[in-house]
Amino acid sequence: MLLAMLRSLRTGVVTIRYPAQSTQPPVRFRGEPQITTGKAFTALPPASVCPAGAISGGSGEPRYAIDLARCVFCGRCAEHALDGAIAMGREFELARRQRVGLVVEVECDAAGLTTARPSAPEGEQVAERIRRILGHSLQLRHLDSGSCNACDWELTALLNPVYDVRRLGIDVVASPRHADGVLVTGPVTRNLETAVRRTYEAVPEPRVVIAVGACAASGGIVGRSYASAGGVGEVLPVDVLIPGCPPRPEAIIFGLLLAVGRLRERRSRAP
Amino acid sequence: MADSTLTLESEIRLRLAGRAGFEHGPGPHDLTVRLAHATDVPAAVAELGAAGLTLAMLVATDEEATAERDLKVRYIFEPGVGTTLPRPDTFVTLVAALDPAHPQLPSIAANVPAANWHEREAQDLFGIVFTDHPEPNSLVLHDGWPRGLYPLRKRFDARQRPVVEPAEEFPHLRVEGEGVLEVPVGPIHAGIIEPGHFRFSTVGERILHLDPRLFYTHRGLEKRVEGLTAGDAFYVVERICGVCSVAHGLGFCEATEQIAGVEVPSRARAIRTLALELERLYNHVGDLGNIAAGASYHYGTSAGARMKEALQQLNERLTGNRFLRGLVTPGGVRLDLTSELVQSIEGVLAATAEGLENLMNRIENAPSVLDRLDTTGILARQDAINLGVTGVAARASGVDRDARRDHPHAAYADAAGPRVAVVTETDGDVHARLTLRVAEARESLRLIRALLSGLPSGALCAAVPGVLPPWGIGLRAIESPRGAAVHWLRADGAGRIDRYHLRSASYANWPAVPLAAQTAIIPDFPLVNKSFELCYSCTDR
Repeated sequence: MLLAMLRSLRTGVVTIRYPAQSTQPPVRFRGEPQITTGKAFTALPPASVCPAGAISGGSGEPRYAIDLARCVFCGRCAEHALDGAIAMGREFELARRQRVGLVVEVECDAAGLTTARPSAPEGEQVAERIRRILGHSLQLRHLDSGSCNACDWELTALLNPVYDVRRLGIDVVASPRHADGVLVTGPVTRNLETAVRRTYEAVPEPRVVIAVGACAASGGIVGRSYASAGGVGEVLPVDVLIPGCPPRPEAIIFGLLLAVGRLRERRSRAP
Repeated sequence: MADSTLTLESEIRLRLAGRAGFEHGPGPHDLTVRLAHATDVPAAVAELGAAGLTLAMLVATDEEATAERDLKVRYIFEPGVGTTLPRPDTFVTLVAALDPAHPQLPSIAANVPAANWHEREAQDLFGIVFTDHPEPNSLVLHDGWPRGLYPLRKRFDARQRPVVEPAEEFPHLRVEGEGVLEVPVGPIHAGIIEPGHFRFSTVGERILHLDPRLFYTHRGLEKRVEGLTAGDAFYVVERICGVCSVAHGLGFCEATEQIAGVEVPSRARAIRTLALELERLYNHVGDLGNIAAGASYHYGTSAGARMKEALQQLNERLTGNRFLRGLVTPGGVRLDLTSELVQSIEGVLAATAEGLENLMNRIENAPSVLDRLDTTGILARQDAINLGVTGVAARASGVDRDARRDHPHAAYADAAGPRVAVVTETDGDVHARLTLRVAEARESLRLIRALLSGLPSGALCAAVPGVLPPWGIGLRAIESPRGAAVHWLRADGAGRIDRYHLRSASYANWPAVPLAAQTAIIPDFPLVNKSFELCYSCTDR
């Protein structure tokens, strides 16, 4: 017992300070795919290069878009783009309240070059009612709707000593009756659709639905088929979408704070 | 090795003479046996069993649109535990052709328990009737799926979303008697766990019987890849399971490379092997923490979680993904190892080695933990053999099998490659599975260090044709963290994917969990379950 205590003292605090302190993912990390402006529009790879079907436009159409809700961050589009027309950035704070906020889009200008398409910045539009009622704490029930388990393991990682999400007043609870909302992973399989609906209905109102990872956000690589609904949005009203395959733990923390509208507050505490 | 394959082959030819045609393939040491009559299946299976072979899996295919106009069931066998070591690296495929109008053949599940789920899956997805199956309930498709609709038949359009029909409660074995209580658990669990339904029949705390129901996460991924190029399908296969991403991605790649006749550069094979062992390591180390959690030993839970986290952060530095996704690719690997990264690996390995010994030492000296682990969830050796159990679960029950040795892949197939020392335990309880994982984690540490010290130079990737040779078949086994995963892949006439089937280690091992649960009390079931640590996602696909 004494030895264990000594060892713990020697180890010190391993918990990170994100989001009060920002973190930099490793060099090889594949975050948001960025379409470089001012490159030849024809340097963009055909939409078929994306194994998840996240790319639309190109080949005749004067616009080109990558849907980050579908993206599995494999980097294949960047590999097939000419002249660095697409680069895998390291941005991972990608969670948004609306699917439209997750589209990276460019247009083809008169000179045949890629040019930024003005998009309405989403900002941090807080669901005021949710913040007022749920306040600072967020108790969530995990709901696996048919994931590959990668997102699930990242949710487990949130509870480890390094991320320790409980320090932010967020916890994963055993019963939907004790929860303020659900953290959904997976595209909602046919065999789980009833269980997904029933779990959601068991959560008292108001309740948030957070779609974690590409499958939950859009169907991801699984898509829509005889066995899959193609995303949580097909079955439940989604409040926050967290892209990633899977999203790294900090990306999930970012999404959770976005869900309760506490990002600005946490950030302002930075030393 | 060639000699023992030949002996096995001549024995099989002798035993099945006059009833079947023989040819080599799909692998260089493999044999394919085509039965003249599907009704001969049970007799032929018995002969193959007598020749020392054991069933690895069944693969059903719809070949109605091909020149052969039939459905086929392929029984894939491999040398069994009774075979002397080293076992020949061979697969024997027994092929039965069926009339598509009346696809029917005798079940072998009563004599070969390992065939039980495979037959039920083929019944659900292809409409193949296995007569006299001891338990012919549906497996993959749950209540409300329309009768007579078979999603893996070629004429079924995958985009179809049939309406859910009214259905009765799923059939399960009911235990009757005074004091018997039925406890339903799941599919949505109280922790962060994958979905499955467990129906416990108990008396007091003791579990009398457990009827599990899985396939909740069936995503139709085998159908999903049909018609894709191997290059596109790879990204789907890599995502069948999170914590088996490398193993499954690699198995698909090796099957593709077998069909295309592509030789993967030796540096790429070494890096793939490194990734396989890193995957095993973070899984085994994480399991150690999870088993501690199951035994309410919180120091162990935290220590295990921290070590796993350090390894996953290493994964992200190496491959840009915490689950090692994005490294393996058909033909080789996409990313190289730099000297900086090698240093980074060595640092994390040293810390892991120290942490592992410390934690294991503490567990072995904690009577309250050992009390939970010892004699809990025993899987008998013979049950493990009969069910075709693989990996940690098999080796902890004294079954000496490891695909790294028995079906060499990646750098294990190289003459100069590393040799794995296969570890076994005899008790078959939670403690044995825990001890075995630690021994295997030590072995992974040794293998990774050996790989790093002898990393060959050269290319990272060989070109794989976008279009595969028509109707080529690939059959490969990979030792994933949970045991041998067997991949069967066939190209269609246009060189795209015609059929892909994965028998994951978890698929083979799940039927063993209810047997092990019979020596446990209900509060210990999570512990038993964690000691097997099976994925639902790569079982359900």
